[in-house]
Amino acid sequence: MIALFDILASAGLWAAVLRIATPLLFGTLGALVCERAGVLNLGIEGIMTFGAMIGWYSVYSGADLWTGFLIAALAGGIFGLLHAVLTVTLGLSQHVTGLGVTLFASSFAYYIFRLFVPVAGTPPTIEPFQPIDIPGLSSLPFIGPAFFSQTPPTYLAVALALILAYFLFRTPLGLAMRMTGENPHAAEAQGINPMIVRYGALIFGSALMGMAGAFLTLSAFNSFFPTMVQGRGWICIALVVFSSWRPGRALLGALLFAFFDGFQLRLQTALSGVIPYQIFLMIPYILSIAALAVMARRARVPQALMQPYRRGER
Amino acid sequence: MTVPILEISGVSKTFGANHANDDISMSLAKGEIVALLGENGAGKTTLMNILFGHYLADAGKVLVDGQELPPGKPREAIRAGIGMVHQHFSLAPNLTVLENVMTGTEPLWLLKSGVNAARGKLTAISERFGLRIDPDARVGDLTVGEQQRVEILKALYNDARILVLDEPTAVLTNIEAERLFITLKEMAQNGLSLIFISHKLDEVMAAADRIVVLRGGRKVAERKASETNKAELAELMVGHRVKRPIRTPSAPGDVVFEAIDVTVRTGGVDRLKSVNFHLRAGEVLGIIGVSGNGQTMLAKLLSGTVHRSEGEMLLFGKAIGDLSVAEAIAAGIGRIPEDRNHEGAIGEMAIWENAILERLPSFSKHGLVDRKAGQEFARSVIEAFDVRGGTPTSRTRLLSGGNMQKLILGRNLINRPRILVAAQPARGLDEGAVAAVHERILEARNKGTAVLLISEDLDEVMALADRVQAIVGGRLSPSLTAEEADARTLGLMMAGEWKAEAVNAL
Repeated sequence: MIALFDILASAGLWAAVLRIATPLLFGTLGALVCERAGVLNLGIEGIMTFGAMIGWYSVYSGADLWTGFLIAALAGGIFGLLHAVLTVTLGLSQHVTGLGVTLFASSFAYYIFRLFVPVAGTPPTIEPFQPIDIPGLSSLPFIGPAFFSQTPPTYLAVALALILAYFLFRTPLGLAMRMTGENPHAAEAQGINPMIVRYGALIFGSALMGMAGAFLTLSAFNSFFPTMVQGRGWICIALVVFSSWRPGRALLGALLFAFFDGFQLRLQTALSGVIPYQIFLMIPYILSIAALAVMARRARVPQALMQPYRRGER
Repeated sequence: MTVPILEISGVSKTFGANHANDDISMSLAKGEIVALLGENGAGKTTLMNILFGHYLADAGKVLVDGQELPPGKPREAIRAGIGMVHQHFSLAPNLTVLENVMTGTEPLWLLKSGVNAARGKLTAISERFGLRIDPDARVGDLTVGEQQRVEILKALYNDARILVLDEPTAVLTNIEAERLFITLKEMAQNGLSLIFISHKLDEVMAAADRIVVLRGGRKVAERKASETNKAELAELMVGHRVKRPIRTPSAPGDVVFEAIDVTVRTGGVDRLKSVNFHLRAGEVLGIIGVSGNGQTMLAKLLSGTVHRSEGEMLLFGKAIGDLSVAEAIAAGIGRIPEDRNHEGAIGEMAIWENAILERLPSFSKHGLVDRKAGQEFARSVIEAFDVRGGTPTSRTRLLSGGNMQKLILGRNLINRPRILVAAQPARGLDEGAVAAVHERILEARNKGTAVLLISEDLDEVMALADRVQAIVGGRLSPSLTAEEADARTLGLMMAGEWKAEAVNAL
């Protein structure tokens, strides 16, 4: 019991929670934007991998960290455009296309990586983002080191959640986007072009997924290896449902999952030898499924999610 | 002579070889209600889609206030003051009334929606036109009638001066429809101009100032409502005289089904409250009532999809337990479900597949579906029941409503069922199809089938039923014979008036 309490009371845990949550938050917000416009984007896992690679490689070749981050976003946007051509213009199955994008983007990432980075025993490294202390707040006891000593992308992710919440629920474009995800025919009848809205949402959302990947190589770690995304993309897809398609709750969901994850990492060390560590590895996923089961029952799915829109057809 | 607010001149549109619209011209004056009358497929909806810019016309033009409207641009149509209320609502059930109305009405790059101003404008409009609604209600929680109100408000919010309603009563109950027409008339008096599309003669006569009749893509006539009558309009619309079948006196046989004090409870609510009724061979029992009063449960009870909670049921004189769907079919109970698109047929499957679906075991050979026999069966249904617009292998979705209903009717009646449960069999069908469906039902009854007809259409019940019971709040009235059941008595019964009389009689 004391061990548990010690873990919870350490600022290190909470700092780690925010760090673990950041890529999930970028990814979840990206998938959420796509789905609010009515398109499921299962390309996320691959786009994150590609973003992680290209962001890292840009910095490795001499670009500064923010340029690398932006290049990852841009690459994500291009995959989003690809997904949009296939699912919006051609109206192909969003599941199948998304999985295709994932397989393509992750293999392509590895291919480029192998093309330009020589095989080595230990992968080459870069100098990642350093934590920035928020003046004033970071010197607060406990809370300061726990929450206000993070790398810049983490602050950006949290800010994005709030901005997107405002965008979706307070601006005309946000409403147009939600309407497109609920009923594109109604949107069209009100003079909104659902095709353009879906393209925009996919490109922007996928750019966020690219950033999610870049965070892994530019902030959380300092090198790239092909399996590093480790299913985080799929977690994001589940977190979108958990969040009921609301950015604010996406923040909550990402933090909750990250908390489980950070907690189990520390339990592993605290109880090593007593219980096999694989048990702890399962915990965040089991708890996520449980939380999903509770939350998703009340969720209101965008009604036009996964339905291709064709003009004039009802 | 004043310039008409709207003028459609010489509009033509072909889809492949099909002339959907052929040189149609019509006009609309301020404050006028014009009905566009025609059977399904006469080109009414196509014409309105051209007006609204959803389709590009091959020829012809649309003038609003004497100004030509650029074709193919819904946005321009909205700007010119044309509002369209589609038959299938274009609403987002998860969003609020206000959100549905506001979508697309503000410049998209604004950093903040003017929600308060919008709420004010919406409230003002809804008060002015008597379309009361809660702006913050979730649309999915509203009734169908209220959702239609939202659609109308959406158009008015866009400053529509010309309102087009596509079959506005197709989804409404009688009472809601009456209320709608009162509202429409008030709106016309307030200076709005209205076009409504319909194939129902009663409502056209009741609500319109002028009636434009379309048939086969052409305008065949234009009449003032005061100078025509239903018979003439029916003939113009169909192209020949329509004969509604005439019911001959019945010769009822044995009681084939009897329900004694049956109660059905689902989710803790009594959907049917200790109802009594019986069906006799060769007789039509009509159940009249506004939808949502338990008639769905009544149909399900006989189809085996819902089980009674209390009471007794006798089938062919024998007390029975709970019917399963398979047992109901095996016992010879044919069903015409209320919602033919969702429960009656599977649109994406072929006609022959839909034809044999209920009787799959009898169309199986060595555990495989016997396609040949199935298609043969479908062909015989198509022939015997005059299903047009499809072959056994074409997709069922492509059939019109009337033909789909004939297919459903056919697959049931071709095997001479002993009982037929027909729920709202003519809902949404045009004149010709209604007559065909009614004729088939009476034919089955004359051959000895016991028919349970569930309907909210007074005319339909009076035309078909030998006995009538009203359903209100899950309770059934005592039965009246066809002779006793005049429109007024039935109307009172639908409002639940029999109880008072029964009490008085005691």
